Amino acid sequence: MTAPVLSIHGLTKAYPGVVANSDVSFDVRQGEVHALLGENGAGKSTLVKMIYGLVKPDHGSMTFQGTPYAPAEPRAARAAGVAMVFQHFSLFDALNVAENVALGMEDPPRLADLAGRIREVSETYGLPLDPFRTVGDLSAGERQRVEIIRCLLQDPRLLIMDEPTSVLTPQEVEILFQTLRKLTAEGVAILYISHKLEEIRALCDTATILRLGKKVATCTPADTTARQLAEMMVGTVLHTPERSGRALGDVALELSELSVRSPSAFGCSLKGVSLAVRQGEVLGLGGVAGNGQDELLGALSGELRSAPDMVRMHGTPVGALGPMERRRIGLLCAPEERLGHAAAPDMSLTENAMLTGSLREGLERRGFLDWTKAKGFAEAIIARFDVRTPGPGNAARSLSGGNLQKFVIGREVMQRPEVLVVNQPTWGVDASAAAAIRQALLDLAAGGTAVVVISQDLDELMEISDRFGALNEGRLSRIRPTSELNIEEIGLMMGGAHDMEVAHV
Amino acid sequence: MDLSSINPILLLASLMVAATPLLLAAVGELVVEKAGVLNLGVEGMMITGAICGFAIAVNTGNPLLGVLAAAAGGAVLSLLFALLTQVALANQVASGLGLTLFGLGLSSLIGQGYQGIRPPSFPRLNIPGLSDMPVLGRILFSHDLMVYLGLIIVTAVWFMLKYTRAGLILRAVGENHEAAHALGYKVVRIRIMAILFGGACAGMGGAYISLIRVPQWTEGMTAGIGWIALALVVFASWKPWRVLLGAYLFGGVTVIQLNLQAAGVAIPVEYLAMSPYLITILVLVIMSADKSSAPASLGRVFHASR
Repeated sequence: MTAPVLSIHGLTKAYPGVVANSDVSFDVRQGEVHALLGENGAGKSTLVKMIYGLVKPDHGSMTFQGTPYAPAEPRAARAAGVAMVFQHFSLFDALNVAENVALGMEDPPRLADLAGRIREVSETYGLPLDPFRTVGDLSAGERQRVEIIRCLLQDPRLLIMDEPTSVLTPQEVEILFQTLRKLTAEGVAILYISHKLEEIRALCDTATILRLGKKVATCTPADTTARQLAEMMVGTVLHTPERSGRALGDVALELSELSVRSPSAFGCSLKGVSLAVRQGEVLGLGGVAGNGQDELLGALSGELRSAPDMVRMHGTPVGALGPMERRRIGLLCAPEERLGHAAAPDMSLTENAMLTGSLREGLERRGFLDWTKAKGFAEAIIARFDVRTPGPGNAARSLSGGNLQKFVIGREVMQRPEVLVVNQPTWGVDASAAAAIRQALLDLAAGGTAVVVISQDLDELMEISDRFGALNEGRLSRIRPTSELNIEEIGLMMGGAHDMEVAHV
Repeated sequence: MDLSSINPILLLASLMVAATPLLLAAVGELVVEKAGVLNLGVEGMMITGAICGFAIAVNTGNPLLGVLAAAAGGAVLSLLFALLTQVALANQVASGLGLTLFGLGLSSLIGQGYQGIRPPSFPRLNIPGLSDMPVLGRILFSHDLMVYLGLIIVTAVWFMLKYTRAGLILRAVGENHEAAHALGYKVVRIRIMAILFGGACAGMGGAYISLIRVPQWTEGMTAGIGWIALALVVFASWKPWRVLLGAYLFGGVTVIQLNLQAAGVAIPVEYLAMSPYLITILVLVIMSADKSSAPASLGRVFHASR
């Protein structure tokens, strides 16, 4: 076995009211990809911040390449050979690639020389990038390349990556993995944080699992199933969402030949989408992102209006109604983008609960707001969905992504919808919270609600939906019962080959 | 009406003089805003600089010491703003407006007893050879030191922002303070330094009015130049050369309209008096139609814990 690059002994960090890390010890060896796993709030971010010098540990010590290591600031960490790719990219939109790279270096060469080195490194590792493009114009994958190249130019011995694949397309993930394997072959150690267990099983050599700030296990991901990993993170046997056999009721939501122009220049207009969802049914809609998912959610929530007859609730035309009128009759939606669409980032959870719940929960009387009741509603959501926050007075922005997701889904579920439409309900949420959200959706369906789940997670759709359809370039495939589908057929549906498969069957 | 009484050479020469206070204040504010801080207290810092410079120049008899005192006065006042917004995390707009009101009051307090006094005159630069050139010598090379200092500061700011690492870091802090912090840059320290620089520049701009342009002390004598400087930075799209252009345009129209008034042109005085403001803003609005935009973190409160 190779020597450890980084050894951590008994690291402890407490914040007022919460112990983020308690006595954590592990080694990261040369040339390995070491996964750091844990639920939202398990202390992964605090731990890597200590390694990168952004946070000082209360107790414990670190050894880096055999010498004691206690970085006072990121500069010291970089000088020692530790580099980090952040979860939320730490890039400057108005500056160009070379300037962004220069800002992350201790002693950058002149801009022209730097541009040459960026080209060189980007070619070596298969990450094409033009040093003089403005970062604000780049795609998510390209922006991540900027971060990675910034790290690579400093010849790091340890590269920390915080959820690097959450914003990437599958093709971009593949390119990233090739780059990482090339790096480990050169002896660089990688500390890799992710929620995607299958990804970790494919990429990582070792995994350290944190739970509530403590290390609970170290294992070899390839020899462990994703389920075992998830159970170690949660500490209990993972609850698989169960659906109770139920009789379906009448058609609750019906779309007939729904066509809506996308409001965004880069969006995808809906073209003749027809579907019907019955009471107590879960309809799953898959498809690669950007094929009309956002537009479909908008057309259902009332943000995009259509001809009245295109959308019907219990037979009543609602296509021309706005979001509030649709809420009144029980058509509720939870959009994908948590910060800014589903929730107002700088408003408290109570205020956010008021924003969509005022009508159905009776939080307003003749135009006056009942804050006591709204607070009670927010507290009920927090309690039932295990949202981890000090209280409903905290700003939505202060919650971690997974916790906020639980809140915005819970907020709609608790309003007893007749029809609930959710887009990416478990995006960026850890395994146990995802299971809880899925269970809540199934429970809702068992109570007679019609549920439409739009998601890119096929496993999720297979697990909870009764019937499945795929969006492709704004068109909907034929909808088929999930039980008679296999992955290959789903792939064909997502690719837009709707009619061919009918011919095969 | 007698337009022949207007001497074009003198007109161009006095344009540079008229523009200098605005130029100094605006280029200081440009650096502050590039660091992501919106300091609306420019007017207050200018008037404080005006009286500090005036008082010290009168008491010591040395106008250069007066300019230094003006820079120090403006910087000390801006330090108050820095403490409020960077340490106590107060709202920048409210603090800036408060700073202007405070500066106006403080300056009248200090200024009691200085009304009606003439300050020592400022030495005019005489460059052998250059100053004696016909036409150009009078327009470009026989001004006081401060006119050239203003131009040097603009050039230095442009060079620093564009070509140096310090400038890159300053822009980065103004663009995305969270990312700059994550990379280990001291956001608060950099911003406080920028605010102090802006205060010193505004103070010198104020002293230029009280020591050279007018030269005497009257309450509220900056007469809104600080607000014009703020607008100039925005309409100049945060670019130093455009600030220079805008300031000279403003100075030029001011001088022309004064000359026209003196020559008795048949346009109401009110229209002439408003023309510098209108023309400067109009030209800069047209120029700022390109895509360049404000520093992304401008006016946002930064707290390191998040």
